[in-house]
Amino acid sequence: MSDERPKVAVVAFPGSNDDHDAVWALNALGADSVLVWHAADRLPDDVGAVVLPGGFSYGDYLRCGAIARFSPAMRAVAEFAAAGGPVLGICNGFQILCEAGLLPGVLRPNASLSFICRDVAVRVELGAPPFTTRCKEGQELVIPVKHGEGCWFAPPELVGQLEQNGQIVLRYAGDNPNGSVDDVAGVVSEGGNVMGLMPHPEHAVDPLLGSGDGALILASLLDAARNFALATV
Amino acid sequence: MKATVLVRPKQGILDPQGQAVEDSLRHLGFAVADARIGRVIDLQVEAADPAQAQADVERMCRELLANPLIESYEIEIAP
Repeated sequence: MSDERPKVAVVAFPGSNDDHDAVWALNALGADSVLVWHAADRLPDDVGAVVLPGGFSYGDYLRCGAIARFSPAMRAVAEFAAAGGPVLGICNGFQILCEAGLLPGVLRPNASLSFICRDVAVRVELGAPPFTTRCKEGQELVIPVKHGEGCWFAPPELVGQLEQNGQIVLRYAGDNPNGSVDDVAGVVSEGGNVMGLMPHPEHAVDPLLGSGDGALILASLLDAARNFALATV
Repeated sequence: MKATVLVRPKQGILDPQGQAVEDSLRHLGFAVADARIGRVIDLQVEAADPAQAQADVERMCRELLANPLIESYEIEIAP
């Protein structure tokens, strides 16, 4: 039977600061989220999805995400991803997944060198399951960004390959806040079950706070978490 | 043994920090171009000989100190 409240592990690193926001937002959308400290060498049983939250893990020393990727919990996350489990990295979580080699490319300092904190419009390029199943292709979502190093970069041949494979799932619509290559705001892994994005869907789940569009992405993730839990029973 | 690692942004990679510094230098009246900012990592390495130290630091660069997508590195070993 499908778990009605899918269990989601939100991995907190030293310096994460959106971990509780992610737990709150996921639970508001029907998840049973648990915080997992980065030192844990395994994920709780029956986890249907993993979220790597935003923040400044290890003070962003060396390169954003470069040190967090060696946390014991990241080995468990890599195993979970290899087994097909859905993994979502938000902002610093995206940076960690890129440094860990679970996602293509790398996040660099914003072209403007300014820290940006505002709502942006992103376009859903593909209704690629499992992260955008609740969105329509071409739909524009308003979701806030807040980052100093969100300029996604990959060499041109890699960008072409990702485009061909349908791995570029979110692009900034109109104004690109950080100078990312090809206006990329979010990418998925080759297998499609790992996604990273710079905007913060967990900060956009209630229209009272400006936009509820982030809920579409998180609710898509929860659908995937239910399916994954079902498939692994 | 003392090792020095020099990590640089690869050719063609946008370096906004370098650009900002270059603009400031120009503002001060210096005729400069192509400012690029990298980082220096000094290390004391325990190794039997310089070749071993070189090999160890190579591995450190590949695994952590540099991201090969955007950065190149140079290693100097001083006995």
